[in-house]
Amino acid sequence: MATSKTLGESLRQHGVSRRGFLKFCAATASMMALPPSMAPAIAQALEKARRPSVIWLSFQECTGCTESLTRSFSPTVENLIFDVISLDYHHTLQAAAGDAAEHAREQAMNTNAGEYLVVVDGSLPGPNANPGYSTIAGISNYDMLMDTIDGAAAVVAVGTCAAFGGLPKADPNPTGAVSVQDLVKDKPVINVSGCPPVPMVITGVLAQFLTFGTLPELDEYGRPRAFFGQSIHDRCYRRPFYDKGKFAESFDDEGAKAGWCLYRLGCKGPMTYNACATMKWNGGASWPVEAGYPCLGCSEPDFWDAGGFYKALSVPTGSPGDVLLTAGAVGAAVGVGAGLMSRNQGKQAVKHHDKVTADQLEEKL
Amino acid sequence: MTPMDFLLLTKGPLFSLAIAIFALGILIRLFEIFALGRAHNYAAARGNEVIPGLKTMYRRFNPDPGTLWHVGFVIALLLFIPHIELIKSTLGVSWPGLPNPVVDAVTAITLLGLVAVLIHRLTHPVKRFLSTPQDYLIWTVTFLPVLTGYLAYHRLINPYPLALGLHIFTVEIFLIVLPFTKLTHIFTAFVARYYNGAIFGRKGIQS
Amino acid sequence: MAELAGIPIHIEQPEAEPQQFGNALPILNEIRHALARFAERAEPTRIDLAAIPFGPGDEARLMALLGRGEVEATIDALGPTRVWETRFPGVWVLDYANVEGERIALQIEIDEVPQMLRTQRADITDSLAALDAALASATAADPAAESRH
Repeated sequence: MATSKTLGESLRQHGVSRRGFLKFCAATASMMALPPSMAPAIAQALEKARRPSVIWLSFQECTGCTESLTRSFSPTVENLIFDVISLDYHHTLQAAAGDAAEHAREQAMNTNAGEYLVVVDGSLPGPNANPGYSTIAGISNYDMLMDTIDGAAAVVAVGTCAAFGGLPKADPNPTGAVSVQDLVKDKPVINVSGCPPVPMVITGVLAQFLTFGTLPELDEYGRPRAFFGQSIHDRCYRRPFYDKGKFAESFDDEGAKAGWCLYRLGCKGPMTYNACATMKWNGGASWPVEAGYPCLGCSEPDFWDAGGFYKALSVPTGSPGDVLLTAGAVGAAVGVGAGLMSRNQGKQAVKHHDKVTADQLEEKL
Repeated sequence: MTPMDFLLLTKGPLFSLAIAIFALGILIRLFEIFALGRAHNYAAARGNEVIPGLKTMYRRFNPDPGTLWHVGFVIALLLFIPHIELIKSTLGVSWPGLPNPVVDAVTAITLLGLVAVLIHRLTHPVKRFLSTPQDYLIWTVTFLPVLTGYLAYHRLINPYPLALGLHIFTVEIFLIVLPFTKLTHIFTAFVARYYNGAIFGRKGIQS
Repeated sequence: MAELAGIPIHIEQPEAEPQQFGNALPILNEIRHALARFAERAEPTRIDLAAIPFGPGDEARLMALLGRGEVEATIDALGPTRVWETRFPGVWVLDYANVEGERIALQIEIDEVPQMLRTQRADITDSLAALDAALASATAADPAAESRH
């Protein structure tokens, strides 16, 4: 349950020194993708921050987002922050089960009405779809979402499924899956996309809400600009190779070994906005492009259906070569026919001494 | 329709449609022209046809903004790496590209050149008199792909799938319009120049 | 295991020099500008290296270029923070780790002394009180102290 204790008090009670707090703020600034000069502002805000209640709803998802979240090594800054938020309902992480679990959710909603934060991972069958595709405790996902967000301060859609529909929504979308922002219109929705999102990005967004109590600046897709403001391509350490025109042509050629650009292998970096290139994965160890694998564009809407994963971004999705060949052959045949007809017409005109006026010629121009 | 739907539409069905119309239209026109043949000249030749013909093909280039933007357009079209990828996937042929900052600079020059020739056309009394609505149409359909390409590269339109989709869409308009307007000069200009030079060469005069 | 030995295995020798992706020098330039600002206006700068798109080897190259200077310190608060001055005085590296020794942030600070090393005002006030308390209890415990006054 949420308590009225501020984070500053909570930390001091845990025996954290002022230097420790400064370090915590420096790391938090880094995690929230803010410039280091913001650390004093964070310190000030955190001193006063209160422990919010968080209700985490999992719908049509694979638990990959929760897996990602828990991959923040223990105990890091993220965990420290999680010690001071109150995670009141989360299928995978809570001890309670059955009625007790649902009761915990209802109690959190009642106690913290208007103040709690709802985190959603997974898409859900829309209001017109068969609700039976996904239910929890006999409640359809749609009903549970609408009921839970009623008293929420804000909704955070974690993962591409919650943010944009993701895999369940991929063609042909058998469950009629929709995203959270398709349904939630009267509450602020923050999209934290990615399949899964970078762990630090999930905690960073929550930390920002906790720290400043305000919603972060969002992009066109409702994602926080601090993390989704720049494309993978623009922050990629292999970018100089793209600009120089040096490309890996296959996964095992000399270019691939030398770490050249993966554009030709289908890298979707130019259309993908995420923090992988700077925050990296597994505690900053590496990220897909550093491992020699092209970016799939997993933080973008409809990335599953956006052409082949191994097709360059500029390559058309159909088979334009065949179209070109067919249309070309037909065009050539028709052209030759038309030409011969005109030629014959001309010959006939000469033979019959047909007259032509300047006006008639003008018309043909 | 989401920006991604739009991008997929332009990359898929619309692109196929556009190149079908383009290939059909341009080949009908070209084959029609070639099948017409040329009237036989019974006069004795006074000079060579081939060399003056070939010479005329390049001699008529003047160092003006018009030529400049044409060269820039061709460089951006054929030597930008994502374009080469597209050509490779469609035609199966490829060649090395230019570094992106070079293509970027060339594109900027091309845009300025296109604006300059439009201003010239609008301010020069003779050119203005000779210009038909079609001239302004083909200027527009030529300018838009270059502009949207530049905007997409610099991410000045967001989100990116919309920027890329708009670029591809304007190219499709260009491809569809091409066979039915003066844009066919892309294929006929050099043929016409050769004929011109060859005719004069045969008569023994400089073209 | 004869079959296993029959499989030709090609082991690539690790390169002598770490691979270069050219992302270290721009940071060095940024540090140079920050140092110039500090020399002119005494304006300190902090650069967060987590926000820099480093490729493999880039960080090692930057650290090699910066080298080690005369000062080195460790702060023990919520895990160790290692601080050292580079061979360019005024340019400091701060390597923050958690209690398990995993790095949580890496920063470059351009200042006379990094902020983390300075004692904070509030701590000095607390420290004065603590010292007074220690002195009082020590005086009370030591009967000889009274006569010495």
